[in-house]
Amino acid sequence: MPRLSARDATLLLLLAALVALPLLLPSSFHLRVASLVWIQALAAVGLNLLMGLAGQVSLGHAGFFGIGAYAVALGPRHLGLDPLLAAVVGLVGAAGLALLVGRPILRLRGHYLAVATLGLGVLVWLVLNSEVELTGGPDGIQVPRLVLFGMRVAGAESWYWISGTALLLGVWLALNLEDSPLGRALRALHDSEVAARVAGIDVARAKLVVFVIAAAYAALAGSLLALFNRFVTPQVADFLHSIELVSMVVIGGLGSASGAIVGAAILTVLPQALTVFHEYEQAVLGLLIILFMIFLRQGIVPGLASLTWRRAAA
Amino acid sequence: MDQLLQFVFSGLTVGAVYALVALGFTLIYNASDVINFAQGEFVMLGGMVTVFAHAAGMPLPLAAGLAVAVAIATGLALHRFAIEPARGADAVTLIIITIGASILIRGLAQIAFDRQFHRFPAFSGEDPIALLGATVLPQSLWVLGGAAAIVAALRLFMDKTLLGKAVRATAANRLAARLVGIDTALVLAIAFGASGAIGALAGILITPITLTSVGVGTLLALKGFAAAMLGGIGNPVGAVAGGIALGLLESLAAGFVSSTYKDAVAFLLIIAVLFALPQGLFGRRAIERV
Repeated sequence: MPRLSARDATLLLLLAALVALPLLLPSSFHLRVASLVWIQALAAVGLNLLMGLAGQVSLGHAGFFGIGAYAVALGPRHLGLDPLLAAVVGLVGAAGLALLVGRPILRLRGHYLAVATLGLGVLVWLVLNSEVELTGGPDGIQVPRLVLFGMRVAGAESWYWISGTALLLGVWLALNLEDSPLGRALRALHDSEVAARVAGIDVARAKLVVFVIAAAYAALAGSLLALFNRFVTPQVADFLHSIELVSMVVIGGLGSASGAIVGAAILTVLPQALTVFHEYEQAVLGLLIILFMIFLRQGIVPGLASLTWRRAAA
Repeated sequence: MDQLLQFVFSGLTVGAVYALVALGFTLIYNASDVINFAQGEFVMLGGMVTVFAHAAGMPLPLAAGLAVAVAIATGLALHRFAIEPARGADAVTLIIITIGASILIRGLAQIAFDRQFHRFPAFSGEDPIALLGATVLPQSLWVLGGAAAIVAALRLFMDKTLLGKAVRATAANRLAARLVGIDTALVLAIAFGASGAIGALAGILITPITLTSVGVGTLLALKGFAAAMLGGIGNPVGAVAGGIALGLLESLAAGFVSSTYKDAVAFLLIIAVLFALPQGLFGRRAIERV
């Protein structure tokens, strides 16, 4: 029997988790948390393409997430768009913004790239937070119900399957991209931009394409989150959320799609679990982030993988 | 004209605080290559500890001294328990660690203090001084004078003392510094402690004007980072210039354009500058060796 490729194994594992979880989870509250995990994971999988594959950091990714989220809130309200169409508009808008600013921003390296993407994210947040007439400001805004094939989507279970399917498709696309010529180009420029350029890779273009793709993932995740919660506040676009997304990718393991999902699961479930600590919640969250980064520096999935590999070799 | 001068005064005051935060960034970055996003929390600690110690009956200078001590201890602990164990990790990991630390510090401060806005009385009265047709708060002069004194003291320390020279040597080349017998672990501790002290002093100086709360650190850290990058990261003169420039522009934009978007100035500016000069205003062009 031919061995499963890592790509197919990841997809099968995700599919199995997707099907098995509803049987294991006792209540619709748990299903809702699982849906949240799938949605955040979708954004993290996209960001992982940018950070893990291409080695470019973005500290403002929540900005794109926010554009997607507010598109489904504002499109129906101000333009009378169908929520689904509004999500598409948001996705195109976020990708367009990434295309517009991507080339000059991605020329920067290291900390300069970090501060430029950070600035971009904060600017999006500032607009969402300040244009009270348009966006409802810091208090947030209602989001209409999603209508799919003439049916109004409601209930934890429907959302579980919608978000799960979106994630599965997103992971499938991401894994295909990793194996494509673009994926190889990105891996090459991650190692050395000069060497990649010498090998004939259009470095600027490859970085721009993956930046746009990562922005589209984030925007779609944002739209899903807003439609799922039926409410959105500027917090979805703030600096802390950008950091959460980056942390998901790094905690799970840079460069690993399954790592991004594990990271998203941890950082989404953790705050729910930490509410038992009441006022200590924030302090405990900060402490856990530090501990994760110190003791699992490679990330959880690559860390575990190298551990089992070593055992198998011994 | 008077109005312009008024905005310049308030811009210089805020800019001095940004400059101190950016200086703290630079100090730690030079010694360790770490971008310390917990820098804003030092400012918060400076203000909040002083407020609560003063409210508990401590005289203001003593309360301020206690706040500086707390911030120094926090800086040292940050280095010892969060940065040191992660030595050799890549830049993003270290950034996440310092952000985790800032969440932790803020979380602890929320438990120790409260979520209200606080202030303590200005050092020498609240009556505005008329100057060239505009008015200046006496506390603004304290901020400007204090910031200038801190920058001068740091300069003297770096140029004249053996320890300061050790810090500079470590910033220039860590391995070479260790080879000539410099205790780089001590240098790192000094950098984190001094950063904590500078941040706390900034917080103490500005609190009578802008008030303080547990949440003030985040935006200050982001703007201080922008200011440090504006001047070219790792360049102390650039950090101070970047901070002052940022404060001035922000104040002018708030006065003449839109006060809603005054916080946007820092980020628009940094993006615009980096588009034109990818290494910051005073940064040197990095050459990659293949």
